[in-house]
Amino acid sequence: MIRMSTGLAVLAICAAGAAAAQDATAQLKARQGQFRILAINLGILGDMAQGKTEYDAEAAQAAADSLVGVSMVNQAPLWPEGSSEMDIDNTRAKAEIWDNFDDFASKWGALGEAAASMQTVAGNGAEALGPAMGGLGGACKACHDTYRAPQS
Amino acid sequence: MRRLIGVVVLAGVALAGAGWLLTAPKPLPEGSLDGATGDAERGQLVFTAAGCASCHHAPDAEGEARLVLSGGQRFASAFGTFLAPNISPDPAQGIGDWSLDDFASAVKRGVSPEGQHLYPAFPYTAYARMEDGDLVDLWAYMQTLPASDTPSQPHEVGFPFNIRRGVGAWKMLYASPDWVMTEAESPQLERGRYLVEALAHCGECHTPRDALGGLDRSAWLTGAPNPNGRGTIPGLTPDKLSWGADEIAYYLSSGFTPEYDSAGGHMVEVVENFAALPDEDRAAVAAYIKALPEGGHLD
Repeated sequence: MIRMSTGLAVLAICAAGAAAAQDATAQLKARQGQFRILAINLGILGDMAQGKTEYDAEAAQAAADSLVGVSMVNQAPLWPEGSSEMDIDNTRAKAEIWDNFDDFASKWGALGEAAASMQTVAGNGAEALGPAMGGLGGACKACHDTYRAPQS
Repeated sequence: MRRLIGVVVLAGVALAGAGWLLTAPKPLPEGSLDGATGDAERGQLVFTAAGCASCHHAPDAEGEARLVLSGGQRFASAFGTFLAPNISPDPAQGIGDWSLDDFASAVKRGVSPEGQHLYPAFPYTAYARMEDGDLVDLWAYMQTLPASDTPSQPHEVGFPFNIRRGVGAWKMLYASPDWVMTEAESPQLERGRYLVEALAHCGECHTPRDALGGLDRSAWLTGAPNPNGRGTIPGLTPDKLSWGADEIAYYLSSGFTPEYDSAGGHMVEVVENFAALPDEDRAAVAAYIKALPEGGHLD
């Protein structure tokens, strides 16, 4: 016969676990949302660079400014302990992020540098966008190489 | 009764003998390519397309350091974990003391200079389709790379897979130098086929394997579980991938998908290699991918 106190203790641990998972849900939405904002603005610039859409200096500048804006979001609150793919579902964040948080943060910084480079040339015509897109792609890939798990 | 036992023993010996012969390593005949001189500049393109550095550079090496082929990266599989060896031109720890024939036997037939089978974690079943001219150029380029004195690490493979002779039986089943896409109707498709099926060995990750670890050629490039751990490698056939040829070519140069997601994992180094190749090569690969049939049934 399970004692009442034991049962309550088990319930409390489950609730705490559920609470921890719920806490991370907000951070997951936030950090996955920031990548979607990046993707949308990369798309605006990339399509112009490839000639799929007509070059528009104002739209290009706005997109580049947005990339810089996202790169300035402080990352630490979005990546709490216990929110890796080993701990919870619905994320591809590898546990290595927390083993190497300084390196992870520096790769986010490199994204900011690549975004700033794009920001300086976005108003100069479609040809200038190509090399700057390359810099951005390199920054994205550098982090995904090490810190994002494959699709399931 | 004794006669029966004698016959059975004799048959057993004959079968073992046949098995021994059939699984023997078959290097290139002596002197096949020796004397051929290669062009190191063309060899660099072969090296890039074949992705040698991607597996043989030291773990976590970045940039120029990836040209130091000291080995050490780990490749997990159902048969154990393989550790890439040192293939720098170091004569003691690398392959600096190999002849061109030694190199060709290893790359195209999976046979070491000591006459042993190499494990097919090294994709020699794809490289078997490499043109001899490309191989000679590749060898010339590899002589120009920095030497590394890092010793090669042993594979972590348990019994019975640590018996290399067994790979001979595996080769009988799976080592076919035939093209998977038998009909390539244009020079562009031929080039795409050569890059995909031979040099860039895309099938090694993007094609499912059977229980013995051989590629299922009837489901060519339809996707597979990640050989290095969790997750899946996507399929490239029209039922699995709806991208246009220009989108495939752009992805191979930039890592950006049509939705501007960015490549990750092993594909990052693949994209970096493809980005260094000429535009026509990426377009050829894209044309090949678009020519794949639904479901991967090419034969």
